[in-house]
Amino acid sequence: MSTTNKPVKTAARPGRSLAILGLVLVAMTSLVFIQGATSVNLGLDLRGGTSVTLQPRIAPGEAGKVTSESIDQAVSIIRQRVNSLGVAESEVTAQGSGTNRQIVISVPGDTGRRVVELVGQTAELRFRQVLASASGIPAAADSAATPTSGVSADVNAKFAALDCTKSENLQGTGTDAPTDTIVACDRAGVTKYILAPAEVLGRQISKASAGLDTQAGSAWFVSLTFNNEGTSAFGALTSRVTSLAEPTNQVAIVLDGLVVSSPRITEAIPSGNAQITGSFTQLEAQDLANVLKYGALPLAFDRGEVQQVSPTLGADQLDAGLLAGGLGLALVCLYSLLYYRGLGIVTVGSLAVAGSLIYLLFLLLGEWIGFTLTLAGIAGAIVAIGVTADSFIIYFERVRDEMREGRSLRTAVETGWARARRTILVADFVSIIAAVLLYFFAVGGVRGFAFTLGLTTLVDLIVVFVFTKPLVSILARVNFFNSGHPLSGFSSKSLGTVVAKEA
Amino acid sequence: MSKISGLGGRLYRGETAIDFIGKRRRWYSISALFVLASIAALSLQGLHLGIEFKGGSSFTVNKVNASVEDARSAVEATGVPGELIVQNIGSDKVRVQTGALDTAQNNSVQDALAAKFGVSVESIDTQITGPSWGKEITRKALYGLVGFLIVVMLYLAMAFEPKMAVAAIAAVVHDVFITVGIYALVGFDVTPATIIGFLTILGYSLYDTVVVFDKVRENTRSISSTSTKTYSQAVNHAVNQTLVRSANTSLIALLPVGSILFVGAGLLGAGTLKDLSLALFIGLAVGTYSSIFIAPPVLAQLREKEPAMQALAKRVNSRSGASTEGVLSSSVAAVNGRGPRNQPKRKGRK
Repeated sequence: MSTTNKPVKTAARPGRSLAILGLVLVAMTSLVFIQGATSVNLGLDLRGGTSVTLQPRIAPGEAGKVTSESIDQAVSIIRQRVNSLGVAESEVTAQGSGTNRQIVISVPGDTGRRVVELVGQTAELRFRQVLASASGIPAAADSAATPTSGVSADVNAKFAALDCTKSENLQGTGTDAPTDTIVACDRAGVTKYILAPAEVLGRQISKASAGLDTQAGSAWFVSLTFNNEGTSAFGALTSRVTSLAEPTNQVAIVLDGLVVSSPRITEAIPSGNAQITGSFTQLEAQDLANVLKYGALPLAFDRGEVQQVSPTLGADQLDAGLLAGGLGLALVCLYSLLYYRGLGIVTVGSLAVAGSLIYLLFLLLGEWIGFTLTLAGIAGAIVAIGVTADSFIIYFERVRDEMREGRSLRTAVETGWARARRTILVADFVSIIAAVLLYFFAVGGVRGFAFTLGLTTLVDLIVVFVFTKPLVSILARVNFFNSGHPLSGFSSKSLGTVVAKEA
Repeated sequence: MSKISGLGGRLYRGETAIDFIGKRRRWYSISALFVLASIAALSLQGLHLGIEFKGGSSFTVNKVNASVEDARSAVEATGVPGELIVQNIGSDKVRVQTGALDTAQNNSVQDALAAKFGVSVESIDTQITGPSWGKEITRKALYGLVGFLIVVMLYLAMAFEPKMAVAAIAAVVHDVFITVGIYALVGFDVTPATIIGFLTILGYSLYDTVVVFDKVRENTRSISSTSTKTYSQAVNHAVNQTLVRSANTSLIALLPVGSILFVGAGLLGAGTLKDLSLALFIGLAVGTYSSIFIAPPVLAQLREKEPAMQALAKRVNSRSGASTEGVLSSSVAAVNGRGPRNQPKRKGRK
């Protein structure tokens, strides 16, 4: 009936948006099944497990010396220790930014105490002379081999029995006393060693870097510089071992009780400047340089927080979260239906669409970026029900305002949208800013909360634009709403327009 | 319900107008009183910080009929230092809280409780917090707070106008202050989850304010020397027009938060859900108040200082015969508030 452009133009669109949304939902659902991500990853507080948060302890006067690399190094040391527990889905991550980071270790299941004991110790770097080396499997019982001379029978027995293929021997304990003769595996578990007491310590390194020798083709090397103390200690060590027989002319670089590298000493190095060469790839050379740098300033950690949640409590918390969510959703739907009558159906429908989108995103993000849902995350999602419903209210009230100005429902739906859209965009954008900042400034639980809050606010925007608005446009053409039926939410009585005419 | 809707119609057209701007001294006084009470409560009582901020351990045994006395005697027998807080949580849990312990002491408490109640060590829910942890969380929360205020202020200054940003931030600071004050006054436990709640309030409190200011901007966009309303009157009209909307959005936001609070406090006893939703609940309520009673009057006051607005106010007031600036009498509202369509023709054409 309208001959103006506007309603005609918008008339074609609502169906299309809804169809696109339907397609997206179907596509996401099929993707879920294709990827096999049919259940949401639950956080430890919802299924039981142990999480430990470590904070780097920075000694006075060394505040500037902790680098991002040294924290990365610490993470990889702790990861090595935790992986040795062999618990599936264990995680070690650094959270925060730069040097102001925490390390969060989470291990599902009942391993509580061992995890806590394992991750707390400081990892040290030491240089030890190699006394003997062998393939990393235990020596056969009959081939008692030749015990290394000058080493106690006890150590020889340990060496013979050591099995570097077992994960617990690749744990790295940090308990190797520098003055002991020790047995150790290399990081990969291929070779085992008997090592002399430490002669040079990680703290005596002043610089380490990876470099490329362009003259010899593309050979990567690692150069390191010692401080005064280190120079003389390293000089003494190298000049003593360089003329010895294999493998005692090697010096093992031991980090956290595991051998990182065991270069052969080709000459005495009294200058304090050494180069380690070999068939390094760029990555290997940089890794080794980082290990050496880390050794110069080993990071100690404070246990910030330890949480052990039993599976019982986890299940309780999951139930409570779901119950609270269901209750909140039901209340919001009930209120919308009571207040907005027929229009409330739009709210219920939009919340249903938003809910399905979020659930599918939880599933897919769990698969793609390892998203896990925690109790705080559930709380964030529930709080977001309110934010989502708020956008509908802003729109509905705006449409009613337009009708109070004397516009017809079909026009009001469009002019009201033009104005409500801005309000919704600005308001949701503020929510998103809050979520992003919370996410970057916070640790642990807070991040889960911020993530779901931000995600659901985004989903809210999408739903309002591609579902709620088109649906209202379509409904505005239905007689029930258009004629201002008492239950439609657009009756003149509920708008108060009757009162206006009398006044 | 339709009565409320009908009220919405009357508020929209200005037939029913509540004077939010003119009576600002009243609202300011109420808020000032609350802020003073908050400061007093904070300085006298301080916040009741949970063990997460002082460092300490918390052990929860899930066992029906586990008694507080048994738990206390078992833990005391281990000889750990410091004061013990032992309490029942719900009907089937006992929680023991201790001061900061080392690893060996923590283990011995776990062992003692496990032996006493015949449960496995793994079934005891344990939370151990280092002494510096709370400081770290607080520091980060403060960074977050400051960062948020700056970013949002810039954003609102761009999306709206600088003075609106200032008024909105004033309202947020007001909300945080009073919420913290209520915590100090009542003595609710402050935990990291509470801090999350505090930070979230910021975003929420602004949500309502944004809705109101958006309407203010619309109503005042064409404000000029020939307008029939002062800036304050235009703001007041906008607040009245959005009143039903604000009430609805706040109520809808409170419903899910209330559900979390109900389930968290009622079924789980203590924990993340309760702490988080309590902070949100209080903050939301305060935020709704400030988006109506604090942010718009502050904005009106800031803008009324501008010479153009003062000139406008002078002219409007002499025209309508109202004696004092900013006070919106009901007759003015009835005449000027009918919406563009029904407005009487302007008399004093320049």
